Amino acid sequence: MKAKPWEKAGLWGIRVLTYMVVLGILFVLGDIVTHGAPAVTWEFLTAMPSKAGAEGGILPAIVGTLCLLLVTIVVALPIGMGAAIYLSEYAGSDRLTEWIRLAIFTLAGVPSIVFGLLGLGLFVIFLGFGASILAGSLTLAIMILPVIIVSSEEALRTVPQSLRDGSLALGATRWQTVWRNVLPYSFPGMLTGSILGIARAAGETAPILFTVAAFYLPRLPSSVFDQVMALPYHLYILATQHPDLALVRPKQYATALVLVTIVLGVNLCAIILRNYFRKKYCW
Amino acid sequence: MKLWRKHLERVIQWGLLISATVTIIAVLLIFVFLGKEGLPALLKVPLSNLLGDRWIPVSFENPRYGVLPLIAGSILVTFLATVIAVPFGVGGATYLSEFAGRAEREILKPFIEVLAGIPSVVLGFFGLVVIGPALKSLFGLTSSLTALTGAILLAFMALPTILSIAEDALRAVPRSFKEASLALGATSWQTTWKVTLPAASPGVIAAVLLGIGRVIGETMAVMMVTGNAAVLTASPFDSVRTITATIAAEMGEVPFGSDHYRILFLIGLLLLGMTLAVNLYARRLLVGKIRRRKR
Repeated sequence: MKAKPWEKAGLWGIRVLTYMVVLGILFVLGDIVTHGAPAVTWEFLTAMPSKAGAEGGILPAIVGTLCLLLVTIVVALPIGMGAAIYLSEYAGSDRLTEWIRLAIFTLAGVPSIVFGLLGLGLFVIFLGFGASILAGSLTLAIMILPVIIVSSEEALRTVPQSLRDGSLALGATRWQTVWRNVLPYSFPGMLTGSILGIARAAGETAPILFTVAAFYLPRLPSSVFDQVMALPYHLYILATQHPDLALVRPKQYATALVLVTIVLGVNLCAIILRNYFRKKYCW
Repeated sequence: MKLWRKHLERVIQWGLLISATVTIIAVLLIFVFLGKEGLPALLKVPLSNLLGDRWIPVSFENPRYGVLPLIAGSILVTFLATVIAVPFGVGGATYLSEFAGRAEREILKPFIEVLAGIPSVVLGFFGLVVIGPALKSLFGLTSSLTALTGAILLAFMALPTILSIAEDALRAVPRSFKEASLALGATSWQTTWKVTLPAASPGVIAAVLLGIGRVIGETMAVMMVTGNAAVLTASPFDSVRTITATIAAEMGEVPFGSDHYRILFLIGLLLLGMTLAVNLYARRLLVGKIRRRKR
């Protein structure tokens, strides 16, 4: 039946709503790129900050964020992937599995500031790590576990059951089957999914507020027990705490641009990799 | 089978199981540590003080820990954000799943999901320098730091969640439903609103709830743009202080073990309870939907 005029208007209405969201995103990114790009120079990326960030660069913040990410990956990746392998390859539908799934869902919905409180109470104070890369990274690792587990499990489930059955029928053990017949095909997918979680950790501020982030620390860390500056926290400080906000506006935009570039760049890589591997194996 | 192989299998299986139970342990640890640091405040600070309407924690003589303005601030911002986000989220999801072309959807959906990747501190910064001042001149306000500024940012941040999950729910409605409706002579617009959306409603509601869960817990953007004045107000043009912003702004400066410190953990526990309630209800809607379909 032909659409009535007011129905056409309604369709245009929701079309406009959808494109307003898209335009909003483009506007945010466009604003940050156009204002930030002129201030991102080689010196800005590789120099120490001076005068509370009003001059110089953001090298320690970049290095700090990368250190945090590295330790977070080392902790979260094996645990997350192990949990995903357990859920997809070993777990039956018993009470424990149900509890694990509920815990993953719960963890995914915990506000980031609550992770910050956990990190402060558990790692900084109770375990005595102090404000350090270790405390911050462990906090971030717990936060991104659900993303890694869910996306890894999804990747594992794309491997056809027949590959497992064939291997098991030939007398291979469960782990031999997983190691030789499931992981080789699912690992790229598990990895790219996990990268998405890691990208999220790079941009988070609230969990690192009390666990690692230094207000102003123009030197590079030398161990995992050091405090570091981090890009998102540095942007927060520059944008709200600096005595002369208008003066440091270009630095604010430049820091925002570097942060967005890192986070969205990592995201984009993960998505491109995923599409590449999806095409490689067609079941 | 060789004996060592058998043992290796065992060890690996246990290792994987332990990795999986880390998630349960983490959830328990959150409750244990927030409770351990926060609950003692209930014994030390009288309830009349806690339930008061004034938040003046750093007063030397008479600190007031009334959490009502903070709860009200969180609820006001969350409510406004939901009101703004729902038309965009549900309208957008409906458009993408029912009316958009295949190519259009394949481009737009991932693009909107990219928004979820923009760090909240960057959006907060954008709100601070662009949206706040724009609203100030638009409505002739005295300050650019208002609940409305925060709500707009939060709505923006909740959109990828709402849109993506609601779209999945709409697309999961069996084709036969729509075909039956169209065969009876309904237009596609009527079919969408009277058949598809009602059939997908548990999933769509769950999508909105998960978006709300995200909004209540959002910290950085809210702290940067809402002005952080702890006042009881219902006006979107006033400055508000949310639970999350209070924790983030004050935890760095409180002495360890003080009343103030414990109360910040206590409101953290409250925040956790609020988000969990919303999220778990959403999960029930989603799981219930799947069960019904399987039958």
